[in-house]
Amino acid sequence: MNVYDWLQTFYFFTILLLLVKPVGSYMAKIYQGERTLLSPLLAPCENLVYRICGVNKDEEMDWQRYAGAMLLSNLMLFVSLFALLLGQHLLPLNPQHLPPFPWELALNTAISFTTNTNWQAYSGESTASYFTQMAGLTVHNFVSAATGMAVVIALIRGFARRRTTLVGNFWVDLSRGILYILLPLALIAALILVSQGVIQNFSPYKTVPLIQATSFNKAQVDETGKPRWDATGKPLIETMIVEEATIPMGPVASQEAIKELGTNGGGFFNANSAHPFENPTPFSHLFEILLILLIPAGLTHTFGRMVGNTRQGWTLMMVMLLLLVTAFGILQWAETQGNPQFTHLGIEGGNMEGKEVRFGIAGTNLFTVTTTATSCGAVAAMHDSLTPIGGLIPLSLILLGEIVFGGVGSGLYTMLAFAVIAVFVSGLMIGRTPEYLGKKIEVQEMWLSIITILTAGVMVLILSGVATITPVALSSMANPGAHGLSEVLYGFASMANNNGSAFAGLNANTSFFNLLGALAMLIGRYVPAVAMLAMAGSLAGKKYVPPSLGTLPTDQAPFAFWLTLVILIVGALTFFPALALGPIVEHLTLVGGQ
Amino acid sequence: MKAIRPALLMLLLFTLICGGIYPAIVTGLAQICFPSQANGSLLTNQSGQVIGSALIGQPFSDPGYLWPRPSATGDFAYNPLASGGSNAGPTNPAYLRTVSERLQGLRAAGIQGPVAADLVQASASGLDPHISPSAAGLQVARIARARGLSEAQVFRVITSHLEERQGGFMGAPRINVLAVNLELRACQQITWTKLRSNLGQIWLW
Repeated sequence: MNVYDWLQTFYFFTILLLLVKPVGSYMAKIYQGERTLLSPLLAPCENLVYRICGVNKDEEMDWQRYAGAMLLSNLMLFVSLFALLLGQHLLPLNPQHLPPFPWELALNTAISFTTNTNWQAYSGESTASYFTQMAGLTVHNFVSAATGMAVVIALIRGFARRRTTLVGNFWVDLSRGILYILLPLALIAALILVSQGVIQNFSPYKTVPLIQATSFNKAQVDETGKPRWDATGKPLIETMIVEEATIPMGPVASQEAIKELGTNGGGFFNANSAHPFENPTPFSHLFEILLILLIPAGLTHTFGRMVGNTRQGWTLMMVMLLLLVTAFGILQWAETQGNPQFTHLGIEGGNMEGKEVRFGIAGTNLFTVTTTATSCGAVAAMHDSLTPIGGLIPLSLILLGEIVFGGVGSGLYTMLAFAVIAVFVSGLMIGRTPEYLGKKIEVQEMWLSIITILTAGVMVLILSGVATITPVALSSMANPGAHGLSEVLYGFASMANNNGSAFAGLNANTSFFNLLGALAMLIGRYVPAVAMLAMAGSLAGKKYVPPSLGTLPTDQAPFAFWLTLVILIVGALTFFPALALGPIVEHLTLVGGQ
Repeated sequence: MKAIRPALLMLLLFTLICGGIYPAIVTGLAQICFPSQANGSLLTNQSGQVIGSALIGQPFSDPGYLWPRPSATGDFAYNPLASGGSNAGPTNPAYLRTVSERLQGLRAAGIQGPVAADLVQASASGLDPHISPSAAGLQVARIARARGLSEAQVFRVITSHLEERQGGFMGAPRINVLAVNLELRACQQITWTKLRSNLGQIWLW
């Protein structure tokens, strides 16, 4: 890292830390129904939404009704997108006349965007119409993000309330999240992105003449699409001359803003945030990273305020920050070393395969750790082409369960499950009934926390295991050897943890990955979410136990350290064998020169 | 099931708000405030014809042009309809072979000594419009030779398109390949025109 990279990293984290408090306080006010600066403008809209939908905003729900409403709204969300993808050729705003999605791909994509995963087994520019991108994918980016935030707010209420069964009104939390938080931020962010060169239009694709014509070889095919052969049995090759290129257009900025802000990550184009039209300058790059972290980081403060002790929030924030910065350091080291196979040939400048020049290696790495630590999954570099230790970092961050900031809402509720476990383990050590935030942690809370933490991990290991003994799945790997295993492991880790990034060499648009992946995304999203709502209900019903001399203080550095250890131990115990066979073996073969 | 009505109507309302009104407002404001950026930072020639985008790279292989990074886009290099990287893993034998072939190609074109990684490794988007200053520096001698210009002239054209770190510390310094090549092409046209007019003057005299 040169001095500029240090400065860039330092400024970035300083700005992030400065924003945590204002954003977090604002969100706490919104969810507690207090007036804010935007209320005069938005309160009438909010009330109109409730009137049309027949929602009484003062009527709260118990956790079962809250979970039911969440699941029902998400089911509707899924059905609408599924139908839209299957019928996109019949709908307007399709200037390229793109055909409908095949049903398996449509199913995978609809589940993917409903669960805030945004795993994409298709290329946006050649598969999805403007109408699909706007009325389908952009809408899902908003609603799935607001759903995650609603769940964590209900859980926080569970900690904050005493002797009640009520955890809030899902419809109110959903509407407020979208109207007061996501929409205003996305609007400003989209315009800032356009100023940098992110496109925003409804024009048809532009065809331009190339300055220098180029050519490529293509196998000749007959009418049925089969390759043709010459008399000696060689495939017939024809040379195609290319004199013009077609540049795709579209309403990109409006989707780009919410894609980062809602930790969704589904790109308008196949290259995602590496595409110059999605991420044109170093400033837009850092701005997008900031957008990804803004709400997850702010929510830690929202949590602190709502439970009445902001230090509780800062403690979790510091644990997340520590893990993020450590991951960045290791990735930075690995990528600036470059590929040892190339350095002795006289190639210098680190590993640039799958990276863009304008971001620099340090900027690219900051994006890579951020997008995998949160459940965003947008990419500004091709993770498949990272060095083995470099690739281990995003994979590990996903496998830890998306808790290092994590998805909007989902990151914090999973982190709170870890905190409950950390408190419980330390309680065992000193032989006391564990308490967290004045609530006794009992058998039910432990069960629900364990379910939340282990669901994704168990699924990753089982499904990756199934894939490695399935010939169809093996033929999807783009790279041979240990790296192929990393691709499959990363794919299921990404889907089960609702991240959505990929070791993209893996050909995931097959029935096997589309269908099993859809299952992984569904279970990985809703089992933990419902478990945490159940915990919200259970906690809300408990009485407050004032801290005594034997209570572990959970707002101080020793607890932060202890929590970090628990996270790392759980992660290592679950995944070390799989990681040893993938990236670690690959690293050893690479340095061994095999 | 009292929840069905809000579930259905909220979906419709938010589809309207987030999928219709929001992108429409962004488009309107973007077209008013930043029309050039919102429409793809397109470059036009004197007659107003669109000849490319400042943000989307194009393929170049003639020795007289600045060469861009390798591109792994589908069908042909720098195909804007198929953005993406190679996704080659660092131990993939086919990939290791490809990179050393690219290196041999550069050596054959007269490039000695250490080579900047971005000149032999493909970008993430496959459309990267930039190369690093050191990757451009390696090509000065070749371009000058091919165009019959002095190295100082080529160097001046390249450095005039050097983009520094944004704000002094963000990203990396870089050179826009398409912008350099448009100017290099104009350079040659001027040289030819000058030559012809000189010949004409000699003939008149």
